[in-house]
Amino acid sequence: MSAAEDLSVSHDTVVDPQVSEAHAQAAGVSRFHESARAQVAGTATYVDDIPEIRGTLFAAPILSTVAHGRLLGVDTAAALRMPGVRDVILARDIPGDAMLGNVAHDEPVFAQATVQHVGQVIGLVVAESVMQARRAARKVVCHIEPLPAILNVHDALSAKSYVLPPVFVKRGDAAAALKSAAHTLQGKLEVGGQEHFYLEGQVAYVVPQEQNQWLVYSSTQHPGEVQHWVAHALGVDNHAVRVECRRMGGGFGGKETQAGHLAVWSAIAARKLKCPVKLRLAREDDFMITGKRHPFAYEYTVGFDDTGRITGLQLTMAVNCGFSADLSGPVADRAIFHVDNAYFLQDVEIASYRCKTNTQSHTAFRGFGGPQGMIVTETIIGDIARTLGLDALDVRKRNLYGIETRNVTHYGMTVEDNILEPLLSKLELTAQYRRRLEAISAWNGGSPVIKRGIAITPVKFGISFTATLFNQAGALVHVYLDGSVQVNHGGTEMGQGLNTKVAQIVADELGVSFEQVLTTASDTSKIPNASATAASAGTDLNARAAQYAARNVRDNLAQFVAGLDRCGAGAVRFAGGAVLTPGNARPFTEVVRLAYANRIQLWSDGFYRTPKIHYDKTTLTGRPFYYFAYGAACTEVAIDTLTGESRVLKVDILHDVGTSINPAIDIGQIEGGFVQGMGWLTTEQLVWNDQGMLGTHAPSTYKIPATGDIPEHFNIALWPEPNREDNVFGSKAVGEPPLMLAISVFEALRHAIASAGAAYKTEGPPRPVRLTSPATPENVLAALNRLNPAWRTI
Amino acid sequence: MSGETALEPVAAPAVSPIRFVRRGEIVSLSNVPPSRTLLELLRDDLACTGTKEGCGEGDCGACTVVLGEEENGSLRFRAVNSCIRLAHSIDGMALWTVEDLAAQDGTLHPAQEAMVQAHASQCGFCTPGFVMSLFGMYQKYIAPTLVTACTSLPPEGALRLRPGKAGSAAPAGEEGAANPITRAMAVEELSGNLCRCTGYRPILDAAQGMSARRRVAMDEAHLLSKMELLAKERRGLKADFAYKSPRYLRELLKLRAARPDAQLVAGCTDVGLWVTRQHQQFNHVIDVSKVRELRRIHDTPQMLAIGAAVTLVDAFAALVRQWPQLHSFAARFAGLPVRNSGTLGGNVANGSPIGDSMPLLIALGARVVLMTQRGSRELPLEQLYTGYRQNVMTPDEVLAWIKVPRPGAGKGGGQAGLAPSPLRGESWGEGSEQLQVYKISKRFDDDISAVCLAIHLQIEGGVVTHASIGAGGVAATPMRAGKTEAALLGEPWNAATVQSAIPILRAEFSPISDMRASSSYRREVLGNLLQRYWLESQGLQQINLQAFTLEELA
Repeated sequence: MSAAEDLSVSHDTVVDPQVSEAHAQAAGVSRFHESARAQVAGTATYVDDIPEIRGTLFAAPILSTVAHGRLLGVDTAAALRMPGVRDVILARDIPGDAMLGNVAHDEPVFAQATVQHVGQVIGLVVAESVMQARRAARKVVCHIEPLPAILNVHDALSAKSYVLPPVFVKRGDAAAALKSAAHTLQGKLEVGGQEHFYLEGQVAYVVPQEQNQWLVYSSTQHPGEVQHWVAHALGVDNHAVRVECRRMGGGFGGKETQAGHLAVWSAIAARKLKCPVKLRLAREDDFMITGKRHPFAYEYTVGFDDTGRITGLQLTMAVNCGFSADLSGPVADRAIFHVDNAYFLQDVEIASYRCKTNTQSHTAFRGFGGPQGMIVTETIIGDIARTLGLDALDVRKRNLYGIETRNVTHYGMTVEDNILEPLLSKLELTAQYRRRLEAISAWNGGSPVIKRGIAITPVKFGISFTATLFNQAGALVHVYLDGSVQVNHGGTEMGQGLNTKVAQIVADELGVSFEQVLTTASDTSKIPNASATAASAGTDLNARAAQYAARNVRDNLAQFVAGLDRCGAGAVRFAGGAVLTPGNARPFTEVVRLAYANRIQLWSDGFYRTPKIHYDKTTLTGRPFYYFAYGAACTEVAIDTLTGESRVLKVDILHDVGTSINPAIDIGQIEGGFVQGMGWLTTEQLVWNDQGMLGTHAPSTYKIPATGDIPEHFNIALWPEPNREDNVFGSKAVGEPPLMLAISVFEALRHAIASAGAAYKTEGPPRPVRLTSPATPENVLAALNRLNPAWRTI
Repeated sequence: MSGETALEPVAAPAVSPIRFVRRGEIVSLSNVPPSRTLLELLRDDLACTGTKEGCGEGDCGACTVVLGEEENGSLRFRAVNSCIRLAHSIDGMALWTVEDLAAQDGTLHPAQEAMVQAHASQCGFCTPGFVMSLFGMYQKYIAPTLVTACTSLPPEGALRLRPGKAGSAAPAGEEGAANPITRAMAVEELSGNLCRCTGYRPILDAAQGMSARRRVAMDEAHLLSKMELLAKERRGLKADFAYKSPRYLRELLKLRAARPDAQLVAGCTDVGLWVTRQHQQFNHVIDVSKVRELRRIHDTPQMLAIGAAVTLVDAFAALVRQWPQLHSFAARFAGLPVRNSGTLGGNVANGSPIGDSMPLLIALGARVVLMTQRGSRELPLEQLYTGYRQNVMTPDEVLAWIKVPRPGAGKGGGQAGLAPSPLRGESWGEGSEQLQVYKISKRFDDDISAVCLAIHLQIEGGVVTHASIGAGGVAATPMRAGKTEAALLGEPWNAATVQSAIPILRAEFSPISDMRASSSYRREVLGNLLQRYWLESQGLQQINLQAFTLEELA
């Protein structure tokens, strides 16, 4: 469907009780993003756009140039002589704990005795301008005695170098199942990491307030944690730190923990120098300092029957966590939870190693381990199909979770809302998969250089924070005397449209127009202890909390009006800007004024916690997820067998967002997530050299998708069914799940590579396609050469 | 007096004020250091924070602004990256940022409104850059279709709303006329703007949606008159000025002789990175981009002589007119904002081993003209380079012209004109020259080559009578594949010749392994690209993804 359709916006604020409720609804309609007009006019404010307070100084980080070493000393003399330089801030200047206030407590604020990766921050230079600080930061001489460094996951595995202990999950008896399997395959896979490349780089601006209080402007997905970390580092109580974030220029998980570092660093400098300090990372520093999506390496043995149904799986996942734990534990856990993707795995054994390497500390990134869990199983199924000479979609469908049987995940959760089979079958039809598969096969036979490939892959993604405690949220709804409504919640706006959706829900709850509701900046002084805006759960949690807050205000008003009209409060309706009782209709604003005059509370909080969820952290069993979001994509690609270049030609997506609160925003998430996932698996390659230095540390060398990478045929359809669980508006979370639809790109590429190999096959079963991700031209050519090193000379 | 001045600290050299036209008025800014970027000027000095910094190296487009220059009596609009553009380089031009498009009453410009309507902004940080690239497209493709009838000066600013009939969103002018902006054009012109949120579909829709919106005409006459005022005020070229922008070649040569230590810039799309990423500061800058003689392309029957200040976009347009098969390669050279600022002369003089124009120019047999006040000399392009970013130029020497021989010129018997496209399914014509250039990169658009190979052969009587092959990404400088040329020259053009030349090409260079590709991949692909050229010469269709289309999509 085209997102451009049916996007009419109601500017109607005139009270008309005759207006039908459906017409007046704010939710369920493609409202424009609440900031769209400001964004296109250049008036939407990001942290670096906030007018600077007099006396503001600017910081730049001092980076380690060594992957692992003893930090013997820091010579700041040359830097301090540079023009405009005010000071150099080092670990000795930290008033509070020298370790960051995160759970693992394994990450120094500034490197002290040792450095643990190239790009680790040793301190800051503070100067009167950004460029003065950056210039001087390079003049700081760090004396570092190199130590042996572990730069990849394989070396970490052999050295048993871990940030956290390994985790083993098993169900049934995988070894026995493999022994009795009709067929087995062994394999390896490597999947690279991914830089977030939020367009707005990391930034924090710390403004000292009176009496040792601190105002922090941070581009963060988690203001509450930034507040906690800053207080911890400054040695003050949480209540003395206020963190505000109006919006981020993109987050994608990269500003879940990583934003906290900048805020802490700036706060330490601001405290020492007693003036406001802003730290905005240059793009290359952002690349060098901050963590990325975790690279994974896998080894597996899979057993299957003649139909391709998996009977047993032994899987080892080596997770490259970088130098500290950060969020690696939950990321690696979510990877375990998503190894099944859409498929029932009866006898399964998973070993997950959380490897410590001397690289950036890898962190949350859209999907949070889910993509890394799913992709290995999808490649396994592709290989099973080719080994048996079966169609990959048939094998996928054969392995899907069942409705009554084969419906319990390997972590013991019953899949209750399974729509996989009808969803895949529908996409198979609408994308004309069978016809195209045949056509491609025929075409490939006559094409000597270009080979096409096609694949449909499903997504089943668990929604909720796996750490149950984070599944809570709060909101405030204020109704002012003119009838205008302000809502504030604990979530953050990073472009995903959360504030728009929250306003839509609140508007409908109060029966007022969308334009009457304003969502304001995230602020730790309004909603305390809010969870990160992450795990796709931003709308589920915060829109529900806001809905409850609005409902409280509405209930107050309903009771009041019921008293006036002598009816039950349940008979009072709020719609079309009016408050309706069986015998009366009053404009909402009039009711507000009357209620105020009668001392009725016109504002309220709301609180929501996700029901039903629980799980055992030690065995990783239980019901970690409230529900699943589903989707599937059909992707066609072409590869050039001379160069390994590839292009995505056609994409059809059918995705489940429940009842959409805002179809245009949801489609935007689906398209954007797919393209970002496509980048992860194709053009976006992180290359560290043998000294542990990230060579791809700028957009000149690190290539996210551009306009030319998008297929002209790019169709998105929404699955027409509400969430079967009670969720806000019947909707489903949409932030992360679509990213994994891009695994269809990888499988289509492997299909094309296999076609090339098949054309030159001599004898025996086809070799599995061993393609390393990302599928750069070099990696595709290497996969072709592995199939048959001599094939092109024919 | 002299004694006193000697005691003073060395003062930074004086700079002339920067004057440009913005919102219909002349803006004059004094004491702007020569290394200050346009983005710093906007955000830090003018507090116009609508323009964003995404990368500081001209790769993401978040900082895109539009510049206007007089050309043949009308305004020429170019979207450029403000982050790597030196502020002084916009002297005398008109400037638009994202804050300058909406009308006084807040009515959005079609470039902005189309973005809103298409739901094309999510986080919004790339949005100002996209809006400005769209505005550039609007002025280029849609504005000329408007009937211009603005005679009076607008009281406020340079933009005025031109409502359609009864204020409706008019398909103004030609009813039912085709959209002046196709999807392919939008893809090409927006490839220098990165978005991490949307996946681009809605932005491409916005580009195509502009023409259906209420149209806005610009009062060009007013702007041109203001710019003329600026031009009349002849700028001092005093020797002590830190940023010099000569208008004539003789001035340039004189200034260069007087200041061989000055940083020469000709578009600044690489030097800009020395400022933003290497933190270099220049005491003296000589900007060649306004030198009139060097902004021209001389088109003679023998050759195209491209002035060193001709932008990449114009230089490639001239080359594509001659060799239409270069269109896609030209569009893949960086992004449009870089091609709008950068110059072919700058690319050549800079001499990066991964600069994409040089392999092509080497294959075309291009020569460069170097000039000083003492005189000039001419040499084959590949002889310009002596090592990594090193060349034969003397300190007072300036690269002035790049001469590209036309097809058939100087090679008797060669058939001039267009060679048939390999996509037509015919094998290449007897006696024709055939030029192909191949670029391998991780991303199709706006990337730097892992390998670039340009092959230019002439086949007469089944025999290779001319061979020139340029290669990039294979050595410390752009290279000529001389051994491979020798292996082909005089040989029959057949599979056996190609098969024997492939290992020679692979062995001819010792490329390095780096973040773009390994040495072994680069070698392997060099040979495979010669194979691709051979297959194309045999009329094979659909063997290059650069031109690949699905029949069902076509």
